[in-house]
Amino acid sequence: MMSSFLFRAMDARAGVFLAIMAAVIILVPACNLFVPEESPFHVPTYAVTLMGKYLTYALLALAVDLVWGYCGILSLGHAAFFALGGYAMGMYLMRQIGTRGVYGDPILPDFMVFLNWQDLPWYWYGFDMFWFAALMVLLVPGLLAFIFGWFAFRSRVTGVYLSIITQALTYALLLAFFRNDMGFGGNNGLTDFKDILGFDIQADTTRAGLFAASGLALVLCFLICRSITRSKLGKVLVAVRDAESRTRFLGYRVEHYKLFVWTLSAMMAGIAGALYVPQVGIINPGEFAPANSIEVVIWVAVGGRGTLVGAVLGAVLVNFAKTWFTAALPDIWLFALGGLFVFVTLFLPKGIVGTVSDGWTALRQRRISSDFGEGSGDPPAQPPQSPAAQANVPEPVPATSRAGAVHPQPAE
Amino acid sequence: MTRATSLLYLDGVSVAFDGFKALNELSLTVAPGEMRAIIGPNGAGKTTMMDVITGKTRPDSGEVFFNGAIDLTGEDEASIAELGIGRKFQKPTVFESHTVWDNLELALKAPRGPFATLFHVITGGEKTRINQLLDLIRLGDKRSELAANLSHGQKQWLEIGMLLAQDPKLLLVDEPAAGMTDAETAETAELLKDIAKDHSVVVVEHDMVFVRALGVKVTVLHEGSVLAEGSLDHVSANERVVEVYLGR
Repeated sequence: MMSSFLFRAMDARAGVFLAIMAAVIILVPACNLFVPEESPFHVPTYAVTLMGKYLTYALLALAVDLVWGYCGILSLGHAAFFALGGYAMGMYLMRQIGTRGVYGDPILPDFMVFLNWQDLPWYWYGFDMFWFAALMVLLVPGLLAFIFGWFAFRSRVTGVYLSIITQALTYALLLAFFRNDMGFGGNNGLTDFKDILGFDIQADTTRAGLFAASGLALVLCFLICRSITRSKLGKVLVAVRDAESRTRFLGYRVEHYKLFVWTLSAMMAGIAGALYVPQVGIINPGEFAPANSIEVVIWVAVGGRGTLVGAVLGAVLVNFAKTWFTAALPDIWLFALGGLFVFVTLFLPKGIVGTVSDGWTALRQRRISSDFGEGSGDPPAQPPQSPAAQANVPEPVPATSRAGAVHPQPAE
Repeated sequence: MTRATSLLYLDGVSVAFDGFKALNELSLTVAPGEMRAIIGPNGAGKTTMMDVITGKTRPDSGEVFFNGAIDLTGEDEASIAELGIGRKFQKPTVFESHTVWDNLELALKAPRGPFATLFHVITGGEKTRINQLLDLIRLGDKRSELAANLSHGQKQWLEIGMLLAQDPKLLLVDEPAAGMTDAETAETAELLKDIAKDHSVVVVEHDMVFVRALGVKVTVLHEGSVLAEGSLDHVSANERVVEVYLGR
């Protein structure tokens, strides 16, 4: 049962992705640690950290693609789950500082001493242990998503209304975390981290390790997402996206399906946040900003909704562009981002990956029909999509039949 | 017929939308194994009746029982579907970005929970069943085609196939012949008669030729309640029915 579940994730496309990821995970840290600095192949530490950050963004985009691309839930609040995962990790890192803080208090983080707090609030208990913090990275976003989803999906809130509520959720959290009384460092957030699991957080080796961990987390979540989307459950998700009430009349309890992917997606976003924080060295309420969540949706749209690989590609490409623009032409970055979104919506509605894979299929079909035109005597090949194939989306389908095909629709 | 021996039992069902009475004290009984045609002019309450039976709309008053004992008014769409009531919509509704095969696989009677479907591996028995259905609805050569690329008539048939895949006790079929050619309409009538051999079927239809081809008991709805019931010839002889259909 379990093996067939995992086996399902694999095919040529997944293989290419895994090969690229394996190369990145090995080469980038190796070129940083083992190649001498004067060599042109040396990767500086700041670049390792930057790329590690992109990988965590890619994981966040993957989580959004799972709910938006496959189930039609347009979340404009995923950055909230990302930030919560980040805060859980930040709390662990704060407790690791110990007496090395400015005020030297062995238990209380600096900002609490500054606020004249005498005792550690109860919700900070346990965060001195890594396993506990790691558990919270999954549980806190997961639980919030579960409760939120339980009410929203049971009341059949869909489409743009759901999107607006998710925005409200992340905005409410933004305001709450800004308050000093909340006990999460208020405006300044959590920062000045010293070490993680006993390793110096500034050291090159730690940076390389965090990069590799981000890459591995991305690969693992990619495989999980892919196993899900290629299972019968994945087919039900697409059915919900395309015709929700029809799915109900078939006897599927749509709210349970939505709740399942929604919660899982929030936990993945939490993992992404937890890996992001030690690499950038700070977590503050700004991460909850509604604009952040919207940016994630743009990454997914650029890469290609409902493709998984596209979400990763979109996140990395857009963030490379962002890094370049904000350094070279800082004033026009937001215009460029907005323009990109308009361009993609108008000219590449399927995103980069969707468009490329359609083009490839069309090319292949043309080759098959031209072979036939030369009089091979054999009938044209059967459509390559075998009925029993587990996949549901990007399997090649004859170009002619694809013309009127329905592709992931935006949630109303 | 009493409630205990009926398959579907509606008694005094009323539904009002903003004061408009879509159903007005509607009472209707369908026996196990029966095929029933429901006709009536636009706004007679045919689709609202389907909505009430399948749990989409809650009645303001009245009783709805399935299998003599199960109260449907307290159940939602998914559990009513699980109880064995399948529905085909007026406008063909299939999953357009899925293949014909996947549409049938999703409809096939199987555990419906998320974890059951997550670890589901298609069995030989299921494949055989899907192949049988593909033959029945004559879409065998379209099995790997996306449902979006089917013609209107083919979508109607696919939806009937999905209904059969659910293996319900009662099929509610809303205007199966809408938008079909004459030949397709005749074929659809034959298909439904075939299905009625081992299922109970309620067909809502406008097309009198189609209803005649079915040759079953007819219930005429008008303004949310039953106007006449009997064979097609019997109800067409009824003056009130003629009046309603031809206008006063």
